[in-house]
Amino acid sequence: MVKLSVNGLLVEVPEGTTILEAARKLNFKIPVLCHHDDLCVAGNCRVCVVEQLGGKALLAACATPVAEGMQILTNSLKVRTARKHVIELLLSEHNADCTKCYKNGNCELQDLSNEFSVGDHIFLDLIYHKEYTIDRFSPAIQKDDSKCIRCQRCVRTCEQLQGVNALSVAFKGDQQKISTFFDHSMAEVICTNCGQCINRCPTGALVERTYLDEVWDAILDPELHVVVQTAPAVRVGLGEDLGLEPGERVTGKMVATLKRLGFNAVLDTDFTADLTIMEEGTELLTRLKKALVDKDESVSLPMTTSCSPGWVKFIEHTFPEYLPNVSTCKSPQQMFGALAKTYYAKARNLDPKKIVTVSVMPCTAKKYEADRPEMRSSGYKDVDYVLTTRELARMIRQAGIDFQLMKEDRFDKLMGSSSGAAVIFGATGGVMEAALRTAYELVTGREVPFEKLNITPVRGFEGIRQASVKIEGCLDEWKFLEGVELKCAVAHGLSNARELMQGVKDGKINVHFIEVMACPGGCLGGGGQPIPTNQVIREKRAAAIYAEDMSLAIRKSHENPEVLQLYRDFLGEPLGHLSHELLHTHYKERERY
Amino acid sequence: MITITESVREKVGKHGKTRDALLPVLQDIVAEQNYLSDLAMVEVAKQLNISAADVFGTATFYSFLTPRPMGKYVIRVCKTISCSMKGKHEVLSTIEETLKIKLGETSADRKFSLLETNCIGWCHKAPAMLINDEPFTELTPKKVTEVLREYIKNR
Amino acid sequence: MRNIPVKRVDLIFEKVTCKEIFLKTLELKPEEIIQSVIESGLKGRGGAGFPTGLKWQFAAREKSNEKYIVCNADEGEPGTFKDREILDEVPEKVFCGMAIASRAIGAKVGYIYLRGEYKFLVPKLEARLNEFHKLMKSVGHDFKILLRLGSGAYICGEESALFESIEGKRGEPRNKPPYPTKAGLFNKPTCINNVETLVYTVMIQKYGAAHFKDLGTKDSRGSKVFSVSGDTPKAGIYELELGMSVQEFVDVFGDGDTKTVQVGGAAGFCVPRKRFDETIIGFEGVPTGGSMKLFNSSRSMYNVLHNYLDFFTEESCGQCTPCRVGCQQLLKGIEAVKKGEKSSKYLDELVKLAATMKLAAKCGLGQSVGNAFSSIVENFKEEIIY
Repeated sequence: MVKLSVNGLLVEVPEGTTILEAARKLNFKIPVLCHHDDLCVAGNCRVCVVEQLGGKALLAACATPVAEGMQILTNSLKVRTARKHVIELLLSEHNADCTKCYKNGNCELQDLSNEFSVGDHIFLDLIYHKEYTIDRFSPAIQKDDSKCIRCQRCVRTCEQLQGVNALSVAFKGDQQKISTFFDHSMAEVICTNCGQCINRCPTGALVERTYLDEVWDAILDPELHVVVQTAPAVRVGLGEDLGLEPGERVTGKMVATLKRLGFNAVLDTDFTADLTIMEEGTELLTRLKKALVDKDESVSLPMTTSCSPGWVKFIEHTFPEYLPNVSTCKSPQQMFGALAKTYYAKARNLDPKKIVTVSVMPCTAKKYEADRPEMRSSGYKDVDYVLTTRELARMIRQAGIDFQLMKEDRFDKLMGSSSGAAVIFGATGGVMEAALRTAYELVTGREVPFEKLNITPVRGFEGIRQASVKIEGCLDEWKFLEGVELKCAVAHGLSNARELMQGVKDGKINVHFIEVMACPGGCLGGGGQPIPTNQVIREKRAAAIYAEDMSLAIRKSHENPEVLQLYRDFLGEPLGHLSHELLHTHYKERERY
Repeated sequence: MITITESVREKVGKHGKTRDALLPVLQDIVAEQNYLSDLAMVEVAKQLNISAADVFGTATFYSFLTPRPMGKYVIRVCKTISCSMKGKHEVLSTIEETLKIKLGETSADRKFSLLETNCIGWCHKAPAMLINDEPFTELTPKKVTEVLREYIKNR
Repeated sequence: MRNIPVKRVDLIFEKVTCKEIFLKTLELKPEEIIQSVIESGLKGRGGAGFPTGLKWQFAAREKSNEKYIVCNADEGEPGTFKDREILDEVPEKVFCGMAIASRAIGAKVGYIYLRGEYKFLVPKLEARLNEFHKLMKSVGHDFKILLRLGSGAYICGEESALFESIEGKRGEPRNKPPYPTKAGLFNKPTCINNVETLVYTVMIQKYGAAHFKDLGTKDSRGSKVFSVSGDTPKAGIYELELGMSVQEFVDVFGDGDTKTVQVGGAAGFCVPRKRFDETIIGFEGVPTGGSMKLFNSSRSMYNVLHNYLDFFTEESCGQCTPCRVGCQQLLKGIEAVKKGEKSSKYLDELVKLAATMKLAAKCGLGQSVGNAFSSIVENFKEEIIY
């Protein structure tokens, strides 16, 4: 343990603790910009400088470990002057068009300059002299270099959390900038559109491409029938952007509010999550059968999930040789879109041309996914607009609705019912758990042998988790699986996914089924979720997800009555002809830059 | 003609596949081609198993590892204080006139590129310049014309 | 305080037989080698002036089976060119210094990081390295030296940026601690020394610590190689005993009209005529990595400062705010004052900014820009404004 004082108060902390953490223990908040609890130390922005009594230079609190007997001042005259200078300097190279900025009101730089009453603009406006690019080509992410303060959170996010490295620091000195390869558009490079960079950007340099106006236009057009679907993780995050604490489940309030916003039908992506389990589970069992019974060596195993569009694009770029291993199932969002303009249109007697499908997602990659040319199997663009959780919160504020006062309501029928298994799609390991609940029961006729159906080995936040279930007492048609140890692996965050796939490639990881979620913690930590997102918040959202699962009467996808109805009335059977047409897709190899 | 893949493979063979081989590999490519093309960078990224953006970001940190196409002879005139005090401007305009290119440009025949650079360590013999790796010092308009004449004529 | 007149010394460029000297050190225990360097009072000759012996001792005490010796030959400070000459004239002495250091701290691999601007030296250095490696084999010392090149980035002269560069990354300085002797190159204990420093360690082994210590002053022991340029009839490289005043230096090297001397390069200090007498060139006065640039009264200090700031604006690595944006603000700021777009009072704001850069920048570069700026502006305010 190391003893030190901060502003005269003594504190004892373990060796290796930073000054920032030590000060936090004493309830002294030191401002930060480049620091983020999810990321490694940078020490770049220098907003967090503090004074060490007797020291020559100031120290970056985020990057300096404590030392015995240190006497730290976090608010001395020297510190205040330097800190104000640093903020002024950042503002001088920042396009401070705050009133027009998408991040107005949720910007760390704005908050800081407010806190420090900066506004004198001591220094010259540097932005004026420079040419900046605003990249609006990607359907998911907008990058505006004029707002960038070079904190490099995005670069570290892309490199360390996601292992993608689409963004890098380029050039030096006054030319230094955050750049993609050759400064190409985000749309043209290896970017997976996961949006984790957006979630950590302290300014408006990286934001989602927003489709709010388009959605309002659709809602307000009486000719159009606007259907909205909401992803599982939205209901455990949305409240944070509307004044509630992290971890609050707001499913009912959200549904009620969506109805009030004027959507013609408020439906649930959970419905197609359950459907995904039916299709994907069947696909897995089919592949296993081909491999084990038919001894077909061309079968690609392990099979991986495909619901995370960040993951799909990642594997297309990075491990194209494993594309045959990716489940051909579309993601629940896209299954929903395809069904909305076919099954739903038919049942409701609507002209699909007049149906607009909007989805609310914790995700920015879903915006890209919806734009993929292959996602038009209904004959129309299956999903017209994708909004993030944050955008929905903004819509609610625009409509002047006090979210907290809303009474709870229920999803509309036909594509609005959900099992607990679908809800947990929002957490890492959830798809795996949902699949196991169904597959095991399908094969053995019995429930998975875990207490209350909670398959805890696949839960949690460890980067890569492996588990296995021994299949015993198979029904006749599945006898070939008797005694088979079904092995699975789960990864969340693309750098973990990379490690997992490398392990598969090197033969070190031998499993049958892999679940990958591009974002840390799974969708609940998605790039479209409220800012800030960090580990404490992710854990609260996860707890809310599992609580929601437990609260539902139906906990298994194959028991979702609307899914059963769908097969009965429309699709026929899993992997059937219509399924193939509407619910399955293909992938393509992409360049590695 | 040797492909870029082969060319990079040869350099990676020489310097290794670890991250610390990146600069030597890029330096060797620049020594051959005078700049780093996007194709070359993608190839290096593939062979060293790092991201292309990372290669680009690293390369552009270094003034000599430029992603802009350069002529066969890259002239870098020192612009730091001693050279600037001792007649760099005259030398520079002489070069511009002789080669019919402006600062920052490459001649139409892709033979010469003209750049300024920061201190190259010949302050006591200012003004100085580099043509590729070779330093030339105590330059005067007359001397630089002679130097250039040799390059235009012989090489 | 003892004033020492300008006195030539011949240690660095003296031709010696490295094999002899190295064989002698092989008979010493590592602690004895380190002790002799400590006793000599040698401080780093790159500019920062950290006691070399202590640095070696710290590195020697680290327990690790992988340690490195790095020779910093990224001589990028404007006005400094002595390392080039040393590497050109007596490269084997530099290698020998690294070998001695390797013996002292227990390293098997050394790196020379040579700035890209000196690439023309490579064929010669490689040939001599070949001979050196044969020598190491013949005396049975397990040590090899790898030559690495920079590619045009001033900041790579900063030790941790240099490590990053050798590791194949952008040359961005790291947070400290940890210091290089604990976690340097490839995160292993590393001893990084300037070219000149390493050669002095060789001469200390040859002549003994006392011989070196007897030269210079209490705070600045020994001699130093100076790079003299600017308005002087005697531009060149001179090894001089430490301890002289700027006046004494100007008496010998000035052109009779010296207005100011910039000691230590663009990142150094500007010493105006009125302070020539009282200012000692050395760690007690103005420290220098060797750059001595003289300006006579025909020179505009605005142009000088502008040139320096232009340099820093380009050469800042760009990662930390005070340096990246501060340099641009100082540069644009003096332009604005000169053009009358900002009042002369704005200079005071800039001086305050320079003070912040000194306090809050991440590395020595950003910190030293503040020094250079303040010392020129304080002494030549009128020239900057009008």
